[in-house]
Amino acid sequence: MATSRSPHPVGDLPEAFRQYAPGDFYDEMIAADGTVRTHYRNFLRHFGALGPQEFEAKRQAVDLAFLRQGVTFNVYGDAQGAERVFPFDLVPRIIPAHEWARLEAGLVQRITALNLFLHDIYHEQHILNDGTIPPHYVMSAKHFRREFVNVKVPGDIYIHICGTDIIRDDRGEYLVLEDNARCPSGVSYVLENRRALKRTFPEVFEAGGVRPVETYPTELLKMLQHIAPHGVAEPTVVLLTPGAYNSAYFEHTYLARQMGIEIVEGRDLLVRDQHVFMRTTKGLQPVHVIYRRIDDDFLDPTVFRRDSALGVPGLVNAYRAGHVSLANSIGTGVADDKVMYYFVPRIIKYYLDQEPLLPNVPTYLASEEADRQYMLENLDRLVVKAANEAGGYGMLMGPQATAAERAEFRARIQADPRNYIGQPMISLSRHPTHCEGEGFAGRHIDLRPFILYGEKTVVIPGGLTRVALRRGSLVVNSSQGGGSKETWVLYGNQ
Amino acid sequence: MLSRVANSLYWMSRYLERAENIARLVDVNLQLLLDFRNLDDTVLTAHWLPIVQSSGDEETFRRLHGRTTGQTVTEFMVFQPANPNSIVSSVDQARENARMVRDQITVELWEEINRLYLFLHSPRARELWRGSPSDFFHTVRNGSLLLQGLTDATVVRNEGWSFIQAGRYLERADKTSRILDVRHASLPAHGAPASANQAEALGWSAVLRSCSAWDAYKALHGAEIQPELVAEFLLLSDEFPRSVRFCVDRLDEALRSISGTAAGRFCNDAEKLAGRLLAELRFSTAEDIFEVGLHDYIDVAQSKLNAIGDALFQAYIFQSFQQLEDHELRQQEEQQQQSR
Repeated sequence: MATSRSPHPVGDLPEAFRQYAPGDFYDEMIAADGTVRTHYRNFLRHFGALGPQEFEAKRQAVDLAFLRQGVTFNVYGDAQGAERVFPFDLVPRIIPAHEWARLEAGLVQRITALNLFLHDIYHEQHILNDGTIPPHYVMSAKHFRREFVNVKVPGDIYIHICGTDIIRDDRGEYLVLEDNARCPSGVSYVLENRRALKRTFPEVFEAGGVRPVETYPTELLKMLQHIAPHGVAEPTVVLLTPGAYNSAYFEHTYLARQMGIEIVEGRDLLVRDQHVFMRTTKGLQPVHVIYRRIDDDFLDPTVFRRDSALGVPGLVNAYRAGHVSLANSIGTGVADDKVMYYFVPRIIKYYLDQEPLLPNVPTYLASEEADRQYMLENLDRLVVKAANEAGGYGMLMGPQATAAERAEFRARIQADPRNYIGQPMISLSRHPTHCEGEGFAGRHIDLRPFILYGEKTVVIPGGLTRVALRRGSLVVNSSQGGGSKETWVLYGNQ
Repeated sequence: MLSRVANSLYWMSRYLERAENIARLVDVNLQLLLDFRNLDDTVLTAHWLPIVQSSGDEETFRRLHGRTTGQTVTEFMVFQPANPNSIVSSVDQARENARMVRDQITVELWEEINRLYLFLHSPRARELWRGSPSDFFHTVRNGSLLLQGLTDATVVRNEGWSFIQAGRYLERADKTSRILDVRHASLPAHGAPASANQAEALGWSAVLRSCSAWDAYKALHGAEIQPELVAEFLLLSDEFPRSVRFCVDRLDEALRSISGTAAGRFCNDAEKLAGRLLAELRFSTAEDIFEVGLHDYIDVAQSKLNAIGDALFQAYIFQSFQQLEDHELRQQEEQQQQSR
């Protein structure tokens, strides 16, 4: 068997997968002809040896470990401050080396172009002046920071940490769904999931072939130290958290611990003479680099929102003076605007003179006459998204929506076209997932790799694979019934 | 260590100690009433009012309650959210502070604080309190004792530990002195008190029991209760772990270990004041105390303890970390985009 290169017939699937129906989707594990894709075979050989009881025992052990270690997220609107475990599916998603190489190159290309774009729109604005992008789209972007025009940022880097969301369509084509250029979260799950799976299936890892992700905290710290203000040999790096009530607080403490840096809140910091300090029991201690997990709006009440209780008065001035560095820089939110997303292929072409390696999902801009017409006529076939919402909010899933919901979005689009885009409904790829009462069944997934842009650009091999655990659902967000999977990037192609 | 973290550990510890002491004080005084005859309003007021006064919240109490009865006083001291020093408020504050530094304390510690908090806010707490007050107070006290044990057994002996110790002993010294002060009305303003009559002796034994000092006192002085000996024991004993002197000794040690200063020396005002107070307690006798008058002496001691707390704040914390209304802050924290 091991010497044979011929595709495995379905009969060779482990017992637990015999009933598995790939359905009318792109299935990550099983090809259309019912054969197991080559890069899943090694895994299945080990995994198939597991009896159902053994699997159940392993599953429960992992869940319990997560709960005990507090690998959780906070649920908003819960008076008890309840925390939930992010559901974790034991069947890993596997990406062969040649696919990853393309993804990696595409992601590096994208973040490079976006950084050039941000530098340009905050300085000379060539891309606007020559009409490649209509200026009004940038000027009207909710997160465009006029205050930062002509401000030099360290190393001209705007996006240091990016968590791009990637999906696969019904033909298995990788597409970029959105760029998260502000505070992408989820990397702590990548690391914790890997630890859990290593404990659960040590034999699979011993067999080799899976690229490690554990270097992420080291790479992150290296990048943060790299962007330290000029002349600071041993910079003090801190992580600025909104506080214990934030949904990602676990991740903040986790990353700070892994990097061995202090986790601070706004009230721990103060600015004197345009230098930032933290208040410690041994007095004020200088701070040089801030990995901030707070939105621009809340960073500094003297510049942005006055009612911000999370920020540090004077921080923006210290940043402007070059005495403290921020990751990500201020003003990157403009790249998260879904209207700007539409222009990214153009942006790549403009700055790098390259074709995009990773295509966008086809997108219609409601503020363009023809596009709007098309959107309004095809609301029942499109996904409509607000330009500046995230987490699955502010969205219309046309084919599944009621007539009333569609009418509401029609009105919204007509009232404020700048704020809406439309996309065809993409049938996300599916992956065998253990489902309560169903055994292994196909569930839709996406992928969020994490990209670090410092002295060099590093893409952590893997990322967070999110899975929509509800049958038929396309929404993978943790707030709406999503779970996660391990993501394996192989050294080879099988 | 971040000042905010030190501040939270210190207050977490203080509030837990506070809740435990109030539980003991109210419990003992409820039981004491069982020994009284002719419980009219005057007797009840005379019994309960000093307890409210000892907590320093008489004004708040008068605003909330017209009459001073066991019912109103216990409600005020146990459940009333409007009383910042009630048991429920204290545990709320302890939990809030623990939450702020969750990543710095052990899981066991957090879970236990959370358990105590959830218990006090459950209908079970009221039911238990109505059905068997003594069991209720027992639960609160044991919760606090368990937390102290967990702290001793699981917390690393670093700076944070020293702030926890400082908070605990400062609060305990303050509370012991306040409990002792409850019965001062039966004493002459100055000079040695006469022997206590039977009813007074009951009051003084309640004082001892409120400090868990009854057995220790009996072992030392026998069953006869003398106000002078009680005061000496609770203020000056160098062996009883709730006496003011013992607590100030530990406080002094905790403060010096934060800064790494040797015994008998100081490097900030908190250490200076704690060292002075300790020396004074070490070289005092019951006679010295009654010459000043017990109430006045305790009054002065309490302001000295407050001064130590203020100096500690000045030395390490610098600024108040209580700024916004909690819900407002929380709302903003939750609002932060962490695209997931």
